Amino acid sequence: MTWAQAGRRLAGAVGVVLGVALLTFLLVHLIPGDPVELMLGESARPADRANLRASLGLDRPVAVQLANQFASLARLDLGTSLHSRRPVSALIAERLPATLQLAAAALAIAVVTALPLGMLAARRQGRVVDGVAMGFALLGQSVPSFWLGPLLILGFSVGLGWTPVSGREGPSSLVLPALTLGAGMAAVLARMVRSSLLEVLGEDYLRTARAKGVAERALLWRHALPNAALPVVTVLGLQAGALLSGAVITETVFAWPGIGSLLVDAIQRRDYPVVQGCVLLISTGYVVVNTLTDLAYAWLDPRAGADA
Amino acid sequence: MTAAARVSGALLGLWAGAALLSPWLAPATDAIDLDRILAPPGAAGWLGFDEVGRPVADRLLEGARTSLVVAVAVVAVSAVIGTVVGAAAAYLGGAVDRWLGRLIDVFLAFPGLLLAIALAALMGPGLANLVVALAAVGWVGYARLARGQVLALRRREHVLAAESLGVRPGRILLRHLLPLMAAPLIVEATFGFAGAVLAEAGMSFLGIGVQPPAPSWGGMIREGVRYMLVAPHLVLAPGLALSAVALATNLWGDWLRDRLDVRRSGLTARRRT
Repeated sequence: MTWAQAGRRLAGAVGVVLGVALLTFLLVHLIPGDPVELMLGESARPADRANLRASLGLDRPVAVQLANQFASLARLDLGTSLHSRRPVSALIAERLPATLQLAAAALAIAVVTALPLGMLAARRQGRVVDGVAMGFALLGQSVPSFWLGPLLILGFSVGLGWTPVSGREGPSSLVLPALTLGAGMAAVLARMVRSSLLEVLGEDYLRTARAKGVAERALLWRHALPNAALPVVTVLGLQAGALLSGAVITETVFAWPGIGSLLVDAIQRRDYPVVQGCVLLISTGYVVVNTLTDLAYAWLDPRAGADA
Repeated sequence: MTAAARVSGALLGLWAGAALLSPWLAPATDAIDLDRILAPPGAAGWLGFDEVGRPVADRLLEGARTSLVVAVAVVAVSAVIGTVVGAAAAYLGGAVDRWLGRLIDVFLAFPGLLLAIALAALMGPGLANLVVALAAVGWVGYARLARGQVLALRRREHVLAAESLGVRPGRILLRHLLPLMAAPLIVEATFGFAGAVLAEAGMSFLGIGVQPPAPSWGGMIREGVRYMLVAPHLVLAPGLALSAVALATNLWGDWLRDRLDVRRSGLTARRRT
């Protein structure tokens, strides 16, 4: 990929982020009903409604609101929470480290389990090991995190007493949330590692390498893995982006004080500016991770540069 | 048919049967028995009773109905809208394709579950809003798939022949293109079905989906978690049902994909470029 192509890709990503911001803004206008009534309930006094309407700028023309919205965004101003009266950006900044820590731990767990599992399954295709590994992967894809979480709590916190039930105190409290969040990703990744390795192992250049006497170990690590890594990187990027939104449910299960639980609390309090800020932040994170993945992909595989 | 496909097909049939027959099989969804609050599985109720003394088995069956209705509605609405948008973009081309393509890109760039959560939160809870929120997110996968398929197929000779005979675009899409692109769309819909079941449960778990007292597996897990230590059956039963349905649908999708010889969208195609 040339610098010009990378530049175009980045410009495209900026465009998508702007589109996401526009969509987030439009959400409140597109839905039927009055957002102020949604936030305050039907029995609110007219004066309170007028106040809220004015403080949110909803009394002005939509075009003016949109312009103001983007102007504030440029200053990284996400508005003020209706509940705590604090700036949304400050609330998010407080909660962000916990979510990043959880996502990083989940990512690490997923990679560390999925790579060996997928490789083992590919090397022993059709054997018992393969069946067991892929059975686990299918389970990981099908068992929802809001059920796996409570099961882990029952087993490890209540039953064995190894970890705290919920909250964020000390390294041991990270284990179960990270396992819960990482399990689904590990499943998808393991299946991808297996299938792309199998595809590469069937190609001619590997038969040639084997025929000229390359040892099995070198065959796998030097010849097969680098090529099998490409689709895995793509899936890894997509999944890493999805971790941020998956954290919404996991954080709720474990009362983990991150962006996800901030969002769910805000939804229950109808604290619209906070909801908007969280949605915007998580989706921007998603776009950034996906763009980085595309760039990494083009860097790993020069053939893909042409259409990036 | 493989053994896995048979088992998963049987499970899905059981689920659909339970859902359709639940008004007759489970008449006591809302019947409260104060003497049996949090009672474990036993002779009176084979899955026990919940925190207000309602039979868990009956609620589980009624919850099957909820999840089936939501999943069918979401998949139907998003598949139709997505296919029409994607096919129209690719077939009409030009400015239409450019703008629809951009719209698809923005929606693809949004993490789906999050957008559905935001939409449902804004529209308020309820079954219809839940379907709207999930379909508003779900259509984009079908749109991308249909757009790619039509782009690949629209220069086929039978399509050109139909065009030169003056067949109208709508009819060409329906009669000459749709049958050729049905296989990947069906596979997408199967995985989308599993996704919709899990998403409905997830959002009901968060409290922005199906509202109590209407039973939903996600909502039952949400309520059950509070009593998990004294009555684990409240969490185990709906979670097991939910996981079994998702597992069966995924297995069925895997089998269907192999059977119809469809490669999973995007990844492999992209690698080959």
